[in-house]
Amino acid sequence: MREFLASLSYNNWILPALLILPLVGVAAIYLVPAPRHAGAATLDDFAGHGTARWITLVTFVAEFVLSLGLWWSFESGSAGWQAVVDRGWISEWGARFTVGIDGISLFMVLLTTLIMPLSVLGGWTSIRTKVRGYYALLLVLTTGMIGVFVALDLLLFYVMWEVMLVPMYFIIGIWGGERRIYASLKFFIYTMVGSLLMLVAILYLWTATGSSTFNYDQILAAASLGDRGITVLGTFLPASLLLFGAFFLAFAVKVPMFPFHTWLPDAHVEAPTAGSVILAAIMLKMGTYGFLRFAMPLFPDAAMTPWVRTTILVLAVIGIVYGALVAMVQPDFKKLIAYSSVSHLGFVMLGIFALTVQSVQGSLMVMINHGISTGALFLLVGMVYERRHTRMIDSYGGIARVMPMFAVFLTVVSLSSIGLPGTNGFIGEFLVLIGSFPSSPYLTIIAATGVIFAAAYLLWAIQRILFNPLDNPENKRLPDLNRRELLIMGVLTVLIVWLGVYPAPVLRRMETSANKFVETVERGASVRPAPRAVSLEGR
Amino acid sequence: MLLQHAAAGAAHPLSGSTAELLWLLPVLPLLGFIVNGLLSLTPAYHAGPADPSASPGADHFQATGASHHEEGEHAEADHAPVRHRFASIVSIVGPLVLVLSFALAASIFATMLGAGEIHTPFIQRYFSWMPAGDLNIEWAYQLDQLSVVMVLIITGVGTLIHIFSIGYMREDPGYPRYFAYLNLFVSFMLVLVLGASYPVMFIGWEGVGLCSYLLIGFWFSAKANADAGKKAFIVNRIGDFGFLVAIFLMYANLGALDFAGVAERSVQLTAGGSLVTAICLFLFLGCTGKSAQIPLYTWLPDAMAGPTPVSALIHAATMVTAGVYLVARSSFLFSLAPVAGLTVALIGGMTALFAATIGLKQWDIKKVLAYSTVSQLGYMFIAVGVGAYVAGIFHLATHAFFKALLFLGSGSVIYVMHQAYHHTHKHDDAQDMRNMGGLRRFMPVTFVLMWIATLAIAGIPIFAGFFSKDEILGAAFARAHESTLADASLLGVPGSAVLYAVYAMGLIAALLTAIYMTRMMLYTFHGENRTGEAERSHLGEAPWVMTGPLVVLAILSAFGGWLNLPAFFTDVLPVGKTASLDHWLEPVVGESALRITHGSSAHLSASTEYLLVGVAVAVAVTGILIAFARLKPSLLGTRTPAQSRASETGIERILANKYYVDEAYDAAIVNPTVQISRKLLWRGVDVGLIDGLFVNGSAWLARGLGLAGSWAQSGQVGTYAWAIVVGVLAVLGAFTVG
Repeated sequence: MREFLASLSYNNWILPALLILPLVGVAAIYLVPAPRHAGAATLDDFAGHGTARWITLVTFVAEFVLSLGLWWSFESGSAGWQAVVDRGWISEWGARFTVGIDGISLFMVLLTTLIMPLSVLGGWTSIRTKVRGYYALLLVLTTGMIGVFVALDLLLFYVMWEVMLVPMYFIIGIWGGERRIYASLKFFIYTMVGSLLMLVAILYLWTATGSSTFNYDQILAAASLGDRGITVLGTFLPASLLLFGAFFLAFAVKVPMFPFHTWLPDAHVEAPTAGSVILAAIMLKMGTYGFLRFAMPLFPDAAMTPWVRTTILVLAVIGIVYGALVAMVQPDFKKLIAYSSVSHLGFVMLGIFALTVQSVQGSLMVMINHGISTGALFLLVGMVYERRHTRMIDSYGGIARVMPMFAVFLTVVSLSSIGLPGTNGFIGEFLVLIGSFPSSPYLTIIAATGVIFAAAYLLWAIQRILFNPLDNPENKRLPDLNRRELLIMGVLTVLIVWLGVYPAPVLRRMETSANKFVETVERGASVRPAPRAVSLEGR
Repeated sequence: MLLQHAAAGAAHPLSGSTAELLWLLPVLPLLGFIVNGLLSLTPAYHAGPADPSASPGADHFQATGASHHEEGEHAEADHAPVRHRFASIVSIVGPLVLVLSFALAASIFATMLGAGEIHTPFIQRYFSWMPAGDLNIEWAYQLDQLSVVMVLIITGVGTLIHIFSIGYMREDPGYPRYFAYLNLFVSFMLVLVLGASYPVMFIGWEGVGLCSYLLIGFWFSAKANADAGKKAFIVNRIGDFGFLVAIFLMYANLGALDFAGVAERSVQLTAGGSLVTAICLFLFLGCTGKSAQIPLYTWLPDAMAGPTPVSALIHAATMVTAGVYLVARSSFLFSLAPVAGLTVALIGGMTALFAATIGLKQWDIKKVLAYSTVSQLGYMFIAVGVGAYVAGIFHLATHAFFKALLFLGSGSVIYVMHQAYHHTHKHDDAQDMRNMGGLRRFMPVTFVLMWIATLAIAGIPIFAGFFSKDEILGAAFARAHESTLADASLLGVPGSAVLYAVYAMGLIAALLTAIYMTRMMLYTFHGENRTGEAERSHLGEAPWVMTGPLVVLAILSAFGGWLNLPAFFTDVLPVGKTASLDHWLEPVVGESALRITHGSSAHLSASTEYLLVGVAVAVAVTGILIAFARLKPSLLGTRTPAQSRASETGIERILANKYYVDEAYDAAIVNPTVQISRKLLWRGVDVGLIDGLFVNGSAWLARGLGLAGSWAQSGQVGTYAWAIVVGVLAVLGAFTVG
């Protein structure tokens, strides 16, 4: 397989192709004339309904098939960037179009290209207004998301980060539920506050390294900030700490970490199915990815400052337990899943900051698993919502009798989310916990109680949805999943079992990069001299 | 010593034999699960009533409520028994995979017997499961004398219960789903006992919990059943949390997670040190969940909501004994931690006694057996706690025989009662012993078989339970006299005192066991029949597909003691080998057991031993006699269950209500957690503080500042001038102070 890919010089074009293909899809949506349906009143509502979504689906499937080659072309043992493409972009500022992947971004890219076609299929029949715009935004969003994961130029990264924000804002704000305006604004402002500070930090790094380059590797190598910093009220704040703080805020909001999470339940609940799926499965990974790629390797001394690290670890563990407890009492199933995300992403943060090979690999696995399982949960909610038009858990009950296939999949996915051994969920949480235990045993034990609460909130919820008496007349005629829905869930279920039973190929591909990450941060944290206590001004 | 052999790399005596087919053991039932699972999802099944509410069965189903035994959707069979379209295929596939597994297990066992002395476990590595840095967890199975005993029990008893289920579940619309779950359970159970490391064992450990959850809630349309399943899973998860922490402790301190590796490195641990004690106690927390010990036993009685064969297989014979297996498997750790051993034995003794008292006042025939199971598991923990690992496994085996028999026998009774009520369209409780009575006339075979099991569990000589229970009590007594446990102390109480107390609790529990079991037999099979006149004509023996397995189990219950005959018995009656199981398991647990007894294998003196046996037998006989003398089923007359409850007062009422432990847990833990989560965390912190104050608050602040700003830009130069003056003064002031 690898020889075949090499004969196509796959690595030389794949990443740009993945970025451009969705944009080609956008062009196609607007260029291909929509067949006029008899009786279609407006141009955009029904016209283009069929074509736009088919174009989008075909684009995403092509994107997925193309990206699969990365699985084989990727060399597990190599610590460097792979499939690198480097072209000029804005030469005056030294910004370049540099993309590449390592064992961390490989899986984020694959996760994105996997989830996108499934989320289109999941919302196949639910989008009925402004159809062309909707699918065009999904395509643009994909370019943005993949761009974030592959960018090796800080400016390119920032641009992609913002490119990704806007389509989601519109997707929630236009095709969302009743409180969509509030939710989309909250989402936008929350994210924007963080990302603007990040821009400032990126620009500072740019000037600090001579205003000549945004290249990730060069900034990483040169970003010795020495004892730059400012003194506020007699306390010296090293520049690295302030910059880390800026990145932290941008990423912590995105993760979301407790207490920056309150945009998430609103955004999830109001977004249309595809929006929720993409938000949970992919966009929440941007934050943790940011910590892995930027915040920690660039400012290891700041990130590893004991009080900073402890604070973040504590927030992560609070997120695990708090998210689970709050999820338990949610009457709205989508909100329940949203809070469960806070809990799961807490595991990721714990693993990243515990900084061992196992815990970091575990974090990466949780990122993948959360994408699959939580994505699947939102897809399932979407499926039942289309039939019953409510997300309230108590409106259901006993529907396993009328929707047995739905029941099977909801149970399997919930078990994966609970972290049952033999499913993907277990691998990630187990590695995070076993990796974190030696450095912070007490926090890890508290985090491990999350496995109890996770069982409590999800099993309680699925009992009230699937089991109990089928006593609501409105539930008695719900049709079971159709073939399209079975296909979606079938794909995800296969992944859930595969990653639970035989995750070794995935773990091996990420091991080198996880190792490199741990070494980079550890070296950075130990080699750089601690900032002198008294200093007035950066040099 | 055992490990140097393994490291030598020489060919294991079992390599190249049928033992190489080890992997097939769990795979066979897994295939059964896949086939039956797919059959249960075939569209043919859904083509049935599109709208379940249309069938009268659905309403009947709600009406009967949860407290009764109900066949779930079975109720739809009011018109004609609806057999699943693929029931015949399922009836073949479901049990067949078990038969094949058992045959394979038996041939592996035969190979081991023929291979002579095997000192090291036969380990098969299949693939790397979780490689991450220096952690490399392999998917590996381990065959040794201990795991093969477990495999034989699981597949053997499992086969019988699968066959019984063909009759018991015959008319259930969920027939293929039932067998799918049951097959899956056996598969996970085999992974649990075959796993060569703690994490692989944990796969089986949680996997069987999943199947237990699915099968308890098998008739999920009743809330009580679904509640019971969920409760089982969550309570077990509390235990699993302990198991996980133990794994973390082992990895962080020993750097290994496979049994061989941990055993090898456990010699570095300080005997009696806090680390090994902590590891053992966390492992034991896992056991209290899975094996229903204080304080996590509460899920097991509720688990009786599942079909009765499930109770026999999962909640009596196999899954709930996983904790005993775990301690025996980890004997190299527990033998280093006397305090943990004392804790295990004490919790075991307390549970044995406590559950037995509750068993005295239950009217639901399955609840009696459920508390009995909790109590008997307590005995097993006494055994493994005091380091009598063989006695624990011995009792595990005999208990699997007689308790499976009791549950299946009660299943036959319930089945027959249910059929009778079904014919007469009555909705009485088919599990309440007050509705039974005098069944020996209608079910003579079941009657005799159940008495065999009752005598076995009560500890009447020559029946299986006599030998295993006696060995446990004897071991507790002996270790109180002379062992590392006796030298240690638990919370300031000397170990020997603790162990004498444990022995006493075990003895009292034995008395109570004899009483409640005889009581169950009296109310079920003796005296006058209390079913109605109409029902009586429908009572009779269950079909042979159900009674047949009972006969096999009865033989095992009667003669299972021959697995490990004590010397005092063979001295008198030379009818079998002495201590076969002791010899068999010696390579696995022998070293650890000796460590606890200071290296001496010395037993009690012959006279003490005869005295203890005499006391135990006297206690059992007394219990049976007390029950016969004191209990008068005839007094029950025609009283209905509701009337009977009102007459209970004082301690009886407390026992009937199981000491209100469930209520206490709800009030102290469950409700506060939910209320705090809802009111404080969600409404308070999330909606109120973070969102209300900070997020929306800053939005209001921004709006307020904007308004203030627009007000300030009045265009009046005088106002601006004042503002400038104030500003300059403020800035200057700040610099001066700074």
